[in-house]
Amino acid sequence: MLLAVLSGFILAILAPWLYKVGRGATGWILAFLPLGLFVYFVGFIEPVAHGEPVTFTYAWIPSLSINLSFYVDGLSLLFALIISGVGTLIVIYGGGYLAHDKNVARFFVYILMFMASMLGVVLSNNLMSLFVFWELTSVTSYLLIGYYHEKPESRFAALQAMLVTGGGGLAMMAGFVMLALVGGSWEISTLFEQGELIQNHAQYLPILLLVLLGAFTKSAQFPFHFWLPGAMAAPAPVSAYLHSATMVKAGVYLVARLSPILGHTETWLYIVTGFGTVTMFIAAYIAWQQTDLKRILAYSTVSALGILMMLLGLGEHVAVEAAMVFLVVHSMYKGSLFMIAGAVDHETGQRHITGLGGLIKSMPFSGVAAVLAAASMSGLPLFLGFIGKELIYESTLESHIYPLALTGIAVLTNVLTITAAGMVSIKPFFGQEIKTPKHAHEAPWSMRVGPLTLASLGVILGAVPFAAEEFGALLVGPAASGILNEALEVHLHILPSAINNIVMLSVVTVLGGIGVYAVRGLLGKVVAPLNAVSAVGPEKWYQWTLDGMMASAKWQTHILQSGYLRYYLIITILTTVGLAGSTLILQGALQNLSAITMPEAQIHEILIVVMILCAIVLVLRTSSRLTAVAGLGVVGYGIALLFVLFGAPDLAMTQFSIETLSVILLVLVLYRLPTFTNFSTRFERARDLVISLMGGALITVLVLIETALPINSRLTPYFAENSYTLAKGHNVVNVILVDFRGIDTMGEITVLGMAALGVYGLLKLRLAKKDKTPEPDVSKPEPISKPTETYTPMPVKE
Amino acid sequence: MQFSVILSTAIRYMLPLMLIFSVFILLRGHNEPGGGFIGGLVAAAAFALYSFTSNLDEVRRALRVEPRTLIGSGLLVAVSSASLSLFFGLPFMTGLWYDEPLPVIGKVGTPFIFDVGVYLVVIGVTLLIVFSLTEEE
Repeated sequence: MLLAVLSGFILAILAPWLYKVGRGATGWILAFLPLGLFVYFVGFIEPVAHGEPVTFTYAWIPSLSINLSFYVDGLSLLFALIISGVGTLIVIYGGGYLAHDKNVARFFVYILMFMASMLGVVLSNNLMSLFVFWELTSVTSYLLIGYYHEKPESRFAALQAMLVTGGGGLAMMAGFVMLALVGGSWEISTLFEQGELIQNHAQYLPILLLVLLGAFTKSAQFPFHFWLPGAMAAPAPVSAYLHSATMVKAGVYLVARLSPILGHTETWLYIVTGFGTVTMFIAAYIAWQQTDLKRILAYSTVSALGILMMLLGLGEHVAVEAAMVFLVVHSMYKGSLFMIAGAVDHETGQRHITGLGGLIKSMPFSGVAAVLAAASMSGLPLFLGFIGKELIYESTLESHIYPLALTGIAVLTNVLTITAAGMVSIKPFFGQEIKTPKHAHEAPWSMRVGPLTLASLGVILGAVPFAAEEFGALLVGPAASGILNEALEVHLHILPSAINNIVMLSVVTVLGGIGVYAVRGLLGKVVAPLNAVSAVGPEKWYQWTLDGMMASAKWQTHILQSGYLRYYLIITILTTVGLAGSTLILQGALQNLSAITMPEAQIHEILIVVMILCAIVLVLRTSSRLTAVAGLGVVGYGIALLFVLFGAPDLAMTQFSIETLSVILLVLVLYRLPTFTNFSTRFERARDLVISLMGGALITVLVLIETALPINSRLTPYFAENSYTLAKGHNVVNVILVDFRGIDTMGEITVLGMAALGVYGLLKLRLAKKDKTPEPDVSKPEPISKPTETYTPMPVKE
Repeated sequence: MQFSVILSTAIRYMLPLMLIFSVFILLRGHNEPGGGFIGGLVAAAAFALYSFTSNLDEVRRALRVEPRTLIGSGLLVAVSSASLSLFFGLPFMTGLWYDEPLPVIGKVGTPFIFDVGVYLVVIGVTLLIVFSLTEEE
């Protein structure tokens, strides 16, 4: 199982090399991995449908009880099948769609990484590993949306999607941590038993809100829906995979997965159903007013996600069953339609339906697939979409809250969905032929397999009684059982047994849809004034928030990071003195100061201290930089001598070498500075004196208090005892550095390396600048003997 | 830049001595005062002094590798030595030791190799800064 989840990452690393060998056929070759995974997961259907869910646990960070544990029940299996199944078709399709793109190898890397992350999300049993995979899908989706990275709108859309879903993901993590603390476990399957405890806990509401924030942002629920249409800047295979079949369903999955833990409460019912209902209607309403094929599909996807949320919020048996059927229906028709939209765009150079018509002659295969998929989307009889829609109406009619209102909104939503279905299938492929920018011709086979397979599956499952029955019993039933946490038997029938209310609703829906499709041009003009509302819509909120954050970041950076070293020092010292000093005073530590007895000082120690003090006075009073450097050197060596006297030879050695090097570096720098001019005012010098005295006083007090405290450290004897036995070294200091606390050292040398690269970059930038704009006073640093008048302080940031 | 003849003559003899000394400090680090950090500083100081008296190309030739490469390879050595234990199913950075002490070097183990990484990084960092500053002349 671990291999199944991680294999996508492994193959992603190898994909660029495979591309060098496979070239145009790479998509077909790489598709064997998702296909293999699909077959692997098919093997789970039998046991999962008949028996217990399968779990796998691999230790990851056992000390924090974070494990890579996987849980295969009906719900996660259904998602895994969709991910790997659609993934197979998408990899093939992507190979064809991007065949002439020079970065196609990169596409394969990202899409395989995404697939693996997505599998991780739906199979994880551990909250923390679920979160990690969840964020990985956000990251890979960022890379995929920004695939055409030279276009500014792609970059904008990628960042928007990343910030919205990433922000929600962080909220979700907070919710997970609270959930794990309240429920006493990180394992989802264990938490199933704690549902009642958690729902009665005082922190239930915050947990629910935080987790739902994650789910709603990911699944593009209102008011976070705007990132999804923006994400259409991605190549078509990405939209077909991430933005219809898989990633946007992660939020739906999360809500479904946590239903037994957080669900079936009033709060849950109102929030999840409420947001779902609002989303499904608003998005369907926006969808039919679009002309861009992909944007129509994007908004209708948001609408479908709203329907799924609404159903999961209701949480009744039939609603959950409807959700699972509709989930599959939607993945099939939407994935198919997105791929066709990509093919149309690819082969005609036109994506706006106003410029498309009569394509069925030149693109017969795509046209057939489009009609089949659109029929399923419209919920016509003998298509799987019909079963889905019947179940949706059944659930809204049985709802505990506002059954009539919900049903009404659902009917309206479906009417508009049918309109949208017509717009993406009938309009481009039938009617009068319209000349397109490129000469229209059928897409290559790699781009036909996907849409045809998905679209015909919708017919097979919707028209063959045996197939529908098996689909219900083996996939939908176990999946619904996973959400309800109790066994549920599902029987799907391709046609209703009697003419009842639900059938009537279906008839009304289809007639309404055809009607709206026919008059959509006129209707569009009527509702156009209403659209002014979007000027203050959620996308604007996002933009305002982002702009506000940028402005405040700029403002506080301007204040705190002026670019002058002296102000950095002042801020650092004052903050330390302020915080530590106030704590000392508040804790009353200063009263005991007089009680501290000073240890006797030896004459040679006093001599060193006097020497240091003299050197400091010299540094402050001199008007020669060289003297100042030498003076600082004396201070440093003096401190090193103190280290020697107090038994810290390692520190002393380091101090000696550092001092030597600092003097060397300072001398190097000195050569390019003009002569010494004292340009600080008397007031500034007085201020600096006060600040430095405060800093010194704080450290003195701290050291005095520290020495007065009884030494009660377990570390010192531990290191002394174990240095040789465990780490085979007599020098405790070095053993601590390279062994006991080696990770600290690792971090430090990494930081050192980065700092050096920073210095290198800054100096190189200055050099490059000088080459372009020669400034006589800076570009040729004068030797120290030849004074220049001006002295410009060198800002730290450049 | 003109430096005194004394320094430029002395550094010719001091450079190899200081480098040997830096390796000595690195090696003794595990049992006596010393170690990769101090050793690296000493070696870097030697090259820094050398760069005062000769032109930079000559110093670069003497160093043979770019300081940036030193930083990178030092980090690589440190990380690899720390990761070695993973292959034996032990936690990251568990010290592994070769039981027999080698002549001159003494006992060899991953912490020692880690220290070599530190040594390389410190030389690289210092010299990258020194060279960049000198180049700006």
